[in-house]
Amino acid sequence: MKAVDIARRTFLLGATAIAGGLAVGYFVTKPARNPLEQELKPDEVAFAPYVKIGHGNEITIIVPRTEMGQGVHTTLAAYVAEELDVSLEQIKVEGGPVDSAYYNTAVLEELVPFIDFDQGMLAGAARTLKAPTGKLLGIQITAGSTSARDGFERMRYAGAVLRAMLVAAAADEWNADARTFITENGTVIDPTSDYSATYGQLSKRAAKQNVPSNISLKPQSQWKILGKSQPRVDFTEKVTGTAIYGTDWNLPEMLYGAVRLGPGTESLPTRVDEAAAMNVPGVVKIVPIYLPHGTGYGVIATGQYAAFKGAEALAAEWEVPVDPADSTKMNAELKKKLKEPADFVLREEGNTALILADAPRSEIVEAQYSVPFLAHACMEPINAAARLNSGFVEVWTASQAPTILRSLVATHAGVEPENVLIHTTFCGGSFGRRLDSDFALVALEMAKHTEGKPINVVWSRSEDMAHEICRPPAVANMQARIKRRQLPDAVEIEVASPSVLESFMKRSYPDWFWAGSDQMLTAGAHDQPYAIENYRVAAHKCDLAPPVGFWRSNGASFNTFFQECFLDEVAHAGRIDALGMRLRLLAHHPSAIKMLQKVSDMSGWGRDLPDGKGLGLAQTFSFGTWVALVVEVTSKEDQIKIDKVWCAADVGQVMDPRIVESQISSGIVFGFSAAISQEITYKDGAIQERDFDQYEMLRMDQCPDIEIELIDADRPMGGAGEAGTPPAIPALVNAVFSATGKRVRDLPLSRHFKFI
Amino acid sequence: MLMKLNGRWYDVGDDTTMPLLWVLRDKFGLMGTKYACDSATCGACTVTIDGKSELACQKTIAELTGEVQTIEGIGASEELHPVQQAWIDEQVPDCGYCQSGQIMAAVALLAETPSPSDAQINDAMRGNLCRCGTYPRIRAAIKRAAKLLRSGT
Repeated sequence: MKAVDIARRTFLLGATAIAGGLAVGYFVTKPARNPLEQELKPDEVAFAPYVKIGHGNEITIIVPRTEMGQGVHTTLAAYVAEELDVSLEQIKVEGGPVDSAYYNTAVLEELVPFIDFDQGMLAGAARTLKAPTGKLLGIQITAGSTSARDGFERMRYAGAVLRAMLVAAAADEWNADARTFITENGTVIDPTSDYSATYGQLSKRAAKQNVPSNISLKPQSQWKILGKSQPRVDFTEKVTGTAIYGTDWNLPEMLYGAVRLGPGTESLPTRVDEAAAMNVPGVVKIVPIYLPHGTGYGVIATGQYAAFKGAEALAAEWEVPVDPADSTKMNAELKKKLKEPADFVLREEGNTALILADAPRSEIVEAQYSVPFLAHACMEPINAAARLNSGFVEVWTASQAPTILRSLVATHAGVEPENVLIHTTFCGGSFGRRLDSDFALVALEMAKHTEGKPINVVWSRSEDMAHEICRPPAVANMQARIKRRQLPDAVEIEVASPSVLESFMKRSYPDWFWAGSDQMLTAGAHDQPYAIENYRVAAHKCDLAPPVGFWRSNGASFNTFFQECFLDEVAHAGRIDALGMRLRLLAHHPSAIKMLQKVSDMSGWGRDLPDGKGLGLAQTFSFGTWVALVVEVTSKEDQIKIDKVWCAADVGQVMDPRIVESQISSGIVFGFSAAISQEITYKDGAIQERDFDQYEMLRMDQCPDIEIELIDADRPMGGAGEAGTPPAIPALVNAVFSATGKRVRDLPLSRHFKFI
Repeated sequence: MLMKLNGRWYDVGDDTTMPLLWVLRDKFGLMGTKYACDSATCGACTVTIDGKSELACQKTIAELTGEVQTIEGIGASEELHPVQQAWIDEQVPDCGYCQSGQIMAAVALLAETPSPSDAQINDAMRGNLCRCGTYPRIRAAIKRAAKLLRSGT
């Protein structure tokens, strides 16, 4: 695969470019400085930006991706540990500093407007072109289910190169032939002489070795750690209440902050009365906040509770915008946009328009689908701590894009990015929310008023929800032709939605002009491997007032719903089986066939069902991963219960089966929550749903048993964090149709049914 | 005003209107009990009071009638509570933010119902949200913890 070749070549070029071995970089054009060098303890040696070894054999692996619950600290550390021949119990994992040396190329590949399974020349060339751009931008990012893929080569090489240098150091020391040496548990052993030394004892000498330029990785057959479920490295902290999340951050002299920001991003405050807020014991100061992300007030206090109480007591009003965001109006705008010519078409096969125009009406199936704005609603409200002291800024937070966050903080503080230090904390969920940086900028604004003291700013649940950067709404017009008991020969999908990429780029790179096709707008539709003779997927980019952002699986979260539910309708209209139709439309993809047959066997697809029971099927290929789901529901007096879920997934090579399964399961539950009850509405420019009682998620008693089988496949790994969400939604909606005969085309389902 | 917390008595001063959640976090620096909502709907701040599951955001110090136990009080890394051990055995957490509350709710459930049925687990745990959707593993961990507790390990 192209991307893998590139990564390997880049690494080796970087490695040979340097003598001395302390700083191993990955840039083709110039070696990156090693960000670990700045903060080494006196007896520590840093090897590449990924490993530190102390004299007493303390081995620290740097995982430069944000741990949001996806197990990235465990899987990425396992890559290094596998090649280094150390166990996961033996090592410590650190998030490491924020640095462009930790760029992510896989995430840029995801943004290329080519289909993932398309390994053809044009697509390969486009991906290759994107990769160096990613490096030049130096984007360190945790998104798009790419971390495990992006680190797969680089982090294993880091371990392998380091192991070779340690072995060479031992050979020097013992004046012996390294070829007979073995390495295990952080020790180099010479079985011919019984000499042995720990990595810690060898580290200083190893650092003086030449960086080997020709290193091969262990073949899969010799893996001891990879491919097997590993205990996660952060669970003792997480079950004893000692894991420190952003909201828990405490430093000497720390002050605490809460915010009251106006609705929308542009309204200015018209009236404020601080008296009641200042009367709250512990409130120290109220400061104005003027940011492109919103305007309002920050309350500074000696405790978090006092800050919240102060913000609550603050009497403030904001001007009403001339044309305030309103969900009803925005929905109409989306529908209007569908009547205008498409902005871009990422799938065009055959002549769909002609076939559909010529077909007799009796053979045409058409429908309009829609989805609302959605919030991330992470359990931990957004937060950041900041300290501004003599032109130096420190920020404590969890970010999915810390290099972007650092550059925005630097700009707003008026300092160079080198003078911004980001400390990464655990975070209580993100799902795309923390790709944005608004929380850090607000913390910085408040830190400008604390005379050099650190301040931890936490949003109340209501403020967090009110200033969500939502998954955008979307409306789709669907049309197909199917002759009775045949396959559909024409499918047209027209989607209207705002561009997340455009909205995000405006916020993140305010000086750039960004335009172009945002492939996420039709992802989950244009990139599906169905063999349909005439197939057209068109995007209508529709700007709406509220900012929109990344949300677990992005465009696939709605396009898969549109496509998979509509195909269910098409199958129903043609009187053919929904599974049988997919098997035939995907006949040229053996992975898909294997997966569909597996989920069919697991669920007993086609079995007779008693009245009120229904089975629904959906499949999708997203983030390099195939996932198929069958959902069983029971309907009783207009109340629906999800009985059981069967899921077959092909993520390619599986690095840690338990983590992959838990990520897919998590994505399924996330999708169900969205399908069943979630909806964000705007009125007078403001989000109406401000707490979990108005924006519900699945609870224990609603969560079905989820049976997952992974199909191990010999192909490059796909992502796991997001791929469960897209098919979960249509599989559930199709099951509801099967049980009730009612076809729901507008989410959430709670508009039509009650779920128990 | 005195309160008993994790086995010891403390004087918490005269301000008795502060919710227990913030007494724990702001005054004691016990950060394992989490803030997540303002509608008493998420369970992230669940503690036990005299062994019963309670939301720390809903009780002021003045309303306290018994001993408060938090996640920090039931076990530590060297000496895990059987419920915490079961949570690791079943590899429950994802992001982990809600898990202190989940574990405390499970501790209270198992104290009262040593062998809970699925329906009893649903009932006891439905107040605790998990955005990562770890519910199936929580259910398995509660059953495992029940066995550990019954066998006295």
